[in-house]
Amino acid sequence: MFSWRGNLSLAAGGTIIATIVLFVLFGPLVSGYEFDQMDMRNRLQLPSAIHWLGTDNFGRDLWTRMAVGARVSMVIAVSSVAIAVVVGVTVGLVSGYFGGWVDLAIMRVVDIFLGIPPIVLALAIVAALGPGVVNLTLSLAAVFWTEYARVVRSVTLSHREADYVAAAVALGASKARILFIEILPNVVGPVIVLATLGIGTAIIAESGLSFLGFGVEPPTPTWGWTLAYGTRYLRAAPWLSTVAGLAIMITVLGFNLFGDGLRDYLDPRGVARRYRRLSST
Amino acid sequence: MLIYTARRLILFLPIAIGIVAVTFAIMQLLPGDPAAVLLGEDASEEGVRDIRQALGLDQPWWIRLGTYYFDLLHGDMGVSYFQNQPVVDAIGQRLVPTLEVAIVALLISIVIGIVFGVVAAVRRGTPIDAFCMLFAQLGVSMPVFWFGILLMYLFAIQLDMLPSIGRGPPLVPALGRALMGNPGDLGLALMHIAMPALTLGLTNAAVISRLVRSSMLETLGQDYIRTARAKGLAPTRIVLVHSLRNAMLTVVSVMGLRFGALLGGAVLTESIFGWPGLGQLAVAAISQRDIPLIQGVVLTFALAFALVNVLVDLLYAVIDPRIRYE
Repeated sequence: MFSWRGNLSLAAGGTIIATIVLFVLFGPLVSGYEFDQMDMRNRLQLPSAIHWLGTDNFGRDLWTRMAVGARVSMVIAVSSVAIAVVVGVTVGLVSGYFGGWVDLAIMRVVDIFLGIPPIVLALAIVAALGPGVVNLTLSLAAVFWTEYARVVRSVTLSHREADYVAAAVALGASKARILFIEILPNVVGPVIVLATLGIGTAIIAESGLSFLGFGVEPPTPTWGWTLAYGTRYLRAAPWLSTVAGLAIMITVLGFNLFGDGLRDYLDPRGVARRYRRLSST
Repeated sequence: MLIYTARRLILFLPIAIGIVAVTFAIMQLLPGDPAAVLLGEDASEEGVRDIRQALGLDQPWWIRLGTYYFDLLHGDMGVSYFQNQPVVDAIGQRLVPTLEVAIVALLISIVIGIVFGVVAAVRRGTPIDAFCMLFAQLGVSMPVFWFGILLMYLFAIQLDMLPSIGRGPPLVPALGRALMGNPGDLGLALMHIAMPALTLGLTNAAVISRLVRSSMLETLGQDYIRTARAKGLAPTRIVLVHSLRNAMLTVVSVMGLRFGALLGGAVLTESIFGWPGLGQLAVAAISQRDIPLIQGVVLTFALAFALVNVLVDLLYAVIDPRIRYE
């Protein structure tokens, strides 16, 4: 029986995510400032009633910039995880169901991707493709798909010989139908859990790349860039990087708590936990 | 055991070949001509052509890839475009500082992770357990680079206790001299490594403590623990000898993977603290489009990761005598 009170993680994570979504949607509207509206007379202001989170080096309202930055970070994180899920699930289903040399070849490719530290791989791809929201999304998806491929392959392997699959084959079902209609519903639980936790990892990875100067280019405000930029004013305005760091941490905490809570309902056997890539950034 | 180790390393070969191919393919997508970048904006056409010829960039990609594999077999990773030295030398100079930080960070994370995990498991359901797991949840959610900045703000700017950037004297020789009775520069080395290692170590400790807790809870519920209690053994002995040793098997396997994460995390940590390691070299190489250096660094990271995982497998046999490698 589902109960929000019975699962504190799910409730706390859900509340945090809902708050962030409200902040993303209405944050810029309620502040009354544009994210690129400069005011040089009010540079590096402390948080106050006029500027709720203070201002940056150009007197721009930090609340507005954080809300717009959240939008960018969320779009990149959710899209990269969505692409990784589609690619990883398809590859995992094919690898697990067909087995043999197909499985061997696909898993060696997965091993190659797992052998390169995620952040180095993402950095190299961003450098090759160039900065920007789309390229950053693709580079993160290229790092994350292996997790889903491994989980889905393992679940598919255990379902390949099941009676219901044999029945579908006997009824003349096509390979695509067996994979996507018969087996796919069995991997949805662990994949949803993994994807929820993956969004948190993607937010950290995106901000890490922005921090190193390989993210979305200014003037688009991202959390990672604000954090990196804030370190230049660590003595004069420590709240700049603190606000950005806290925003990243609270959001990731929300997705992690929500993912942990979801696991109890959708993945009681802990498939996602066993295969979660532990070498994340 | 030797045969097992050799077999594992041979199995790494096809993966290494694949990693080189993937990195090579990504490098082909890099915009701009490395020769033109090398010569700067005022480069003449002839100059760019000569440099392209000298670097072998005028050859088709399959010849360049084949030559790279051939050279690699001879221990040659090419010459860095911008560092003016062989890639092997550039990596050799940066490998030790990175290993220094990664190993100290791993030690920090093992000690803190085990203490928090064991305490949380033994005091399950109490406020102590809740505190330990809150620490773990926050640690997992905190970006490593922000934690580094917080440490820098506190210890270098506010308290002025630790140097904010750079590496002090090499740690291992300093430690050796200290053990010989001459502590001299050990303090300086430790002061420099403290913040980068804490940054990497504490976030990693959060992951390990969650794992130790769940493994401990599993082993504490086993029959042999009840037997040990019935025999009247001291609770400390039951927890540390009977339960923790069995819980360590899962933990060790994750520590191998975490070492890979530490090497990757070094990219960000080294950039924050100006630590002259492989991570900083990787960022510089990628920024400068230094293709041979990027390929060399990626391959070194991958090899280090593979070696650590072989070591972890061998450690299993030490922890669990039932495991034998034929």
